[in-house]
Amino acid sequence: MNAFDLSIWIPILPFAGFLLIGLIGKKYFPSISGWLATLFMGVAAALSIYVAIDYFFLSAPSDGHYIAQEIINIPWLQFTDSLSINMGVMLDPISVMMLVVVTFVSLMVHLYSTGYMHGEKRYATFFAYLQLFTFSMLGLVLSSNLFQIYIFWELVGVSSFLLIGFYFDKPSAVAASKKAFIVTRFADLFFLIGILIVGVTGDSFDFNTIIINLTSPEGAGKLSATFLGVSIITWALTLIFIGGAGKSAMFPLHIWLPDAMEGPTPVSALIHAATMVVAGVYLVARLFPVFILTGSGAIEIVAYIGIFSALFAAVIACTQTDIKRVLAYSTMSQIGYMMFALGVSNMHHTDGFTASMFHLFTHAFFKSLLFLGAGVVIHAVHSNDMRDMGALRKYLPVTHLTFLIGCLAIAGVPPFAGFFSKESILHAAYATHPDIFYLALITSGLTAFYMFRLYFSIFWGQKEIHLHHFHGEAGWSMKLPLIMLGTLSVITGFVPFAEYITADGIPHLAETDIMFSIAPVLMGLTGIGIAMIMYKSANALPDRVASAGKSVYRWAYHKFYIDELYIFITKKVIFNLIGRPAAWIDRTIVDGTMNLIALMTTEISDSVKGMQSGKVQGYAMYFFAGVIGLGLLCLYIWL
Amino acid sequence: MMNLNILVAIPILTAFGLIAVKGLSRTRIVAFTGACIQLILSVFLFFAYQAEQHKGNTDQYVFTQQYDWFPTLGIHYQVGVDGISVAMILLTAFVVLAGVLVSWKQEKWSKEFFLLLTLLSAGAYGYFIATDLFTLFFFLEVAVIPKFLLIGIWGSGKKEYAAMKLALMLMGGSALVFVGLIGTYFWGGYSFDMQAADTIQMPVDKQMIFFPFLFAGFGIFTAMFPFHTWVPDGHSSAPTAASMFLAGISMKLGGYGCLRAAVFLMPEAAHAYQGAIITVAAIAIIYGAFATLMQTDLKYINAYSSVSHCGFVLLGIGMLNETAINGAVLQMVSHGLMTALFFAAIGMVYERTHTRMVKDISGMLKATPFIGTVFILAGLCSLGLPGMSGFVAEMTVFMGGWQAGDALYQFATILACASIVVTAVYILRAAGKTMMGPILHSEYSLFKDAGWNERGAAFLLLAGIFIMGLAPFVLTNIIYPGTADMMQRITEGSISTFELLK
Repeated sequence: MNAFDLSIWIPILPFAGFLLIGLIGKKYFPSISGWLATLFMGVAAALSIYVAIDYFFLSAPSDGHYIAQEIINIPWLQFTDSLSINMGVMLDPISVMMLVVVTFVSLMVHLYSTGYMHGEKRYATFFAYLQLFTFSMLGLVLSSNLFQIYIFWELVGVSSFLLIGFYFDKPSAVAASKKAFIVTRFADLFFLIGILIVGVTGDSFDFNTIIINLTSPEGAGKLSATFLGVSIITWALTLIFIGGAGKSAMFPLHIWLPDAMEGPTPVSALIHAATMVVAGVYLVARLFPVFILTGSGAIEIVAYIGIFSALFAAVIACTQTDIKRVLAYSTMSQIGYMMFALGVSNMHHTDGFTASMFHLFTHAFFKSLLFLGAGVVIHAVHSNDMRDMGALRKYLPVTHLTFLIGCLAIAGVPPFAGFFSKESILHAAYATHPDIFYLALITSGLTAFYMFRLYFSIFWGQKEIHLHHFHGEAGWSMKLPLIMLGTLSVITGFVPFAEYITADGIPHLAETDIMFSIAPVLMGLTGIGIAMIMYKSANALPDRVASAGKSVYRWAYHKFYIDELYIFITKKVIFNLIGRPAAWIDRTIVDGTMNLIALMTTEISDSVKGMQSGKVQGYAMYFFAGVIGLGLLCLYIWL
Repeated sequence: MMNLNILVAIPILTAFGLIAVKGLSRTRIVAFTGACIQLILSVFLFFAYQAEQHKGNTDQYVFTQQYDWFPTLGIHYQVGVDGISVAMILLTAFVVLAGVLVSWKQEKWSKEFFLLLTLLSAGAYGYFIATDLFTLFFFLEVAVIPKFLLIGIWGSGKKEYAAMKLALMLMGGSALVFVGLIGTYFWGGYSFDMQAADTIQMPVDKQMIFFPFLFAGFGIFTAMFPFHTWVPDGHSSAPTAASMFLAGISMKLGGYGCLRAAVFLMPEAAHAYQGAIITVAAIAIIYGAFATLMQTDLKYINAYSSVSHCGFVLLGIGMLNETAINGAVLQMVSHGLMTALFFAAIGMVYERTHTRMVKDISGMLKATPFIGTVFILAGLCSLGLPGMSGFVAEMTVFMGGWQAGDALYQFATILACASIVVTAVYILRAAGKTMMGPILHSEYSLFKDAGWNERGAAFLLLAGIFIMGLAPFVLTNIIYPGTADMMQRITEGSISTFELLK
């Protein structure tokens, strides 16, 4: 069996783990279920790396062109002769890359959770959910067609619902899980409509067939149809992008992500940093040739939504005090980077594709590192609020060091991973969209500022911290993932990404331009410097800055009141103007009519029942009246 | 070869058995045995039908039998099955057995209760195997009367009102159906035989008169807007098993009739009225979903959501293309299993908390993990989670709807898609409040989790839901040939309507 055939087992392993732990393990061997799940993930990760090595190095094609390979593709639900939902496994450069990222981060999170969730009553259930989530994510990544992606997309949504609401007796966790599910579901509606349009127009759901059908000259004829003056394919791609924006927490569908931090911290590291939230980016990357080659305006929407989200989230992150929420907004901001990197591409400049995937790759490691580090901090301090923290570097040396690496990586300081990927994104933006480039430059300065604000508030400062029940830094099961992810956050930047992952599958040499890097690095260092002055030691500067820009600060602190706007629309507008009238009309008008008919029947029978009096005289009278009446009628007709 | 009459004979024998025995412990054993035998027979029928297909039998109906009933009027007792009926029979067997299991502790007049339940099932089985319109109508009536008694005697709340309302509206539906049947009899060659419909065609002008009667009559059974108001009252007052039967099977009688009798026998009229059917279905879907949002009683929530979900059945039928009709049949099976599971879960909750109001329940998942899990799974199926039956059915309907091409139909399809978001909202609101959240008060710790009978019912229905959701080809293998046979005639209808309009 060669490596490619083995790839089928990668999603099956966590699914088997889910069934085993969920159905049997929960009851009979809860204490070892964590290790069992970790073992399953370990095997899956090893297989993924094996597949990746085989794909990129051993069986690299002679002409240096990486092609998509369908390992398996079986019809699952037939709609018509040509349209069916298939279940398949497709290997191409980005899916293989994602395989490695998902399984490796998931393995780290599993390992970390064996320590973090220790003593939790529903320990086994937690691992069952983690396995279910990983299975769904792997299924999504390996999908060979659009409908299969949608299926796993929904499964990812529901497993994230289960994980966010893991502490289901906490009302805030229930509310957060509901919010995450409903917001992404709302976005999925557009995704689904987009799939229907693309499926019927392109006469297939299969990625490769769609790309051929829609970008060939014959296919172009089908795309001439317009709706409201916009071509049907632009509609479809925009709708699909809205679906992706929902999962990837792009403005204005981002509101679920900060609340999703109610879930246990390892969940945030897995779902809300490295895997589920990049699904939207992955989706756009999957359909990248369609976005580019059909010449539709949808790609511009991707670019501007991406840069706006990046900047918007960075501004909010500067004002938040819950450390997980700061990380959540920074995730949104970084995903904004990946999105606009895709968006700035056009037919001649496809570097953005490589840059976006590169950033996705490096971000997965340093962001999960930051979340896991935050988990250790929260464990030690028993609080999420950075105002309760300070001077923790003495107590948590390993966490301190790895967290610093994560911060340097995300701030784009060379030679850490984030520097390289972010630089290639800026490079791609500069070539086609200078406006986006300048905004991105500002965002990278803000990123460095808020990350180091976080870093200094947690690990520096002179505040005397009372650590309750502090048993020293975490055990090795929690430290090892930090160290491994920390190492990767240093070295992954040196991967020559453009030699493996490009939009057309043809490798080319990565260019580096040292002069170009000066501006971004300076921006990053400035951000770090300002954060250092303001937060390294306690002083009144932050408050003074906040009160100087009072109104801006208040808006940013309240996340620009987007949540309130949503609540107004759903609670006030939809419930009061649609739901309530619908229920009222149903009970009073529609049902009232039915009751009225019944009432009228009763009334009429009431009024005529007097005729059935049982009195012979009465009947005789009716009889004669009838005879006379009939006689008169006959006379009238005949005469 | 299989004798289909057994499917009707077993419930009747069970009914006689129930008359003979006394006491709850004996009656329930008899009812349980009868339901189990039916399930085994239905599964056997499923395989027998597939074997017949493999043998290359291309008849529309297989295992047919015919007996003279009232020969002077051309009335026959005539049975046979195609793939669609087999699917519906399987559904009936699953739901009836689950219904018997959840009524295991039915203390009050247990003999009469199980007797009526068994009679209902006899009506449903007979209905699904009938290939003669008169036989069909006869069994439809058999399946109405016991409901009146089940709700009126064992119900709760405004049970007399609800029972009367349900019986009157369904009887009204039957009356409309009967008018339609008379029309097809007189202008369809003085025959009630559905198989003969291939050779005899009703004149189009007569179709235009009688199609609305037949379609609306059956439509009332499947909660067609605006004749759906019996659903919330009827379901919420009925005892658990009756609710399960009512929503799980009874509402499917209507959808099946719309397809099998109305659309199949009068395809030209169906094409002419297509816009109206789709409009009514789309209204039911979206309006039902929004009306559900405002409900505060768990049973009302499920009843209104049934109105919305049954709208998918009518929408699929209304699209008049193969994919959409397949979707409608899948949705009938899916909704039957799912709604029965939902009512079973609500019944289990009600038995413990003695309330069904959303605001008065909280933390059931912690107090009774099994029941909480079942409730949430039923909810997830209802909101169309992949891997469960609802997804398969809804996607097929959407796909068929979108293929229909016409802008109005695509708009209706988009509305139907939008309803799944509303579904997610009301399901999560209900589940989040009642199942999740903190335990409401100390009494909850005394609750016993589901007993073996309740677990059995839940596992049975969940098995159906998951088999259909994970391996849809199990069901589509039998449904698709059935639809394909009907499609030929339905498509011809569109051609002749087109010519008529010219």
